Amino acid sequence: MKQLLAELVDRAAESLSTLGRYTLFTGRLFAETPRALLRFRLVVEQVHNAGALSLVIIMLSGLFVGMVLGLQGFDLLERFGSEESLGTAAALGLVKELGPVVTALLFAGRAGTALASELGLMRATDQLTAMEMMAVDPVRRVVMPRFLGGVIAMPLLAAIFSMIGIFGAQLVGVQLMGVDQGQFWSQMRGAVELEDVMEGVIKSGVFGIACSAIAVHEGYHSAPTAEGVGRATTRTVVISSVVVLLLDYMLTAVML
Amino acid sequence: MRPTRAIELGTGLFVLLGFAALFFLVTQITNREIGIGDSGYRLTAGFEQVGGLKPGAPVSMSGVTIGRVESISYDFTEYRAKVVLRIDGSYDRIPDDSDASIFTAGLLGGQYVGIAPGGSETFFRDGDQIEFTQSAIVLESLISKFLFSKAAEGGGSDTTEASGK
Repeated sequence: MKQLLAELVDRAAESLSTLGRYTLFTGRLFAETPRALLRFRLVVEQVHNAGALSLVIIMLSGLFVGMVLGLQGFDLLERFGSEESLGTAAALGLVKELGPVVTALLFAGRAGTALASELGLMRATDQLTAMEMMAVDPVRRVVMPRFLGGVIAMPLLAAIFSMIGIFGAQLVGVQLMGVDQGQFWSQMRGAVELEDVMEGVIKSGVFGIACSAIAVHEGYHSAPTAEGVGRATTRTVVISSVVVLLLDYMLTAVML
Repeated sequence: MRPTRAIELGTGLFVLLGFAALFFLVTQITNREIGIGDSGYRLTAGFEQVGGLKPGAPVSMSGVTIGRVESISYDFTEYRAKVVLRIDGSYDRIPDDSDASIFTAGLLGGQYVGIAPGGSETFFRDGDQIEFTQSAIVLESLISKFLFSKAAEGGGSDTTEASGK
């Protein structure tokens, strides 16, 4: 019984220190941001890695999410005889929710894992230690550009996702299901406000910060073994997904 | 580890596409055709009841949107709602005896201000007040009016029946 209690206290202390480590590390990332932005070439390279290389999967997913939204939305709205609102439903759903959230989840799976395993492998092969010995701060040289690359890429990816998704919904709704093209666009324009678009942009910005910070943190602090790298990659996806969904609820509640 | 030309090109393309998408979202799917900036002129109108009218709602003549509702406030000197309308500058020939009413678009649609032109030879200018207004119809008051009148009728027939006995 006593042993169990001691173990419980141990576990709690470990969770707390993990949270503390995360907070301190994220604080450090923010503090280093202005300086890191000056070395913009490194950031550009990482925007390429996190953003441009995720483009195909984002566009493909966006298209299919939009198409299924068109199909489901049509089926639902037809029951109320208001299938002209399909454009509104698809646009609001994509811009406010699906765009930022699905992009963030895909980003965690595509770019987050790449970041975590790359940094984890650097840790395992002592590259980070070597940098420290050469008086090069690995956080500044390696971690920061990757973090900022993710932060910059995410809102752009989410915007592309939403745009492609709206065209996907249009494709299914107008071309396949026969919703009037003019109604589709004009109802959408009438109902979607600039604030709705901004809500999506803010959300994806926050998700970008969260996903990138989690990925670089897990990679940077991974155990220097093959198993450690694997675990860091898994944890990146799991933690990112949970945090994104959690943050999504909170941000929606605040901005609604 | 200098970025090569291919990477720069790819990144540039990605960023361009991203901003193009953002631009598309902001301009194409939101309603921005009448920019209520500083263009146009203001009119005020007093209403007994504005119902669900919101700032940003359209102002229309014969169904053509000519402006937007800029603000709604309560006027304690007249004890009614004061609605400020911003009318697009190109619609500057509205007779100054025109009347403004609050309508509902469709069964569940939002409310808007409709202006019906009068017959005056002089036109509204910036800051003018619309004299003739008709309030929004509140469904509850309409129903209660109907119910009370029915009840009064019913009560009346009851008493006549009672007196007849």
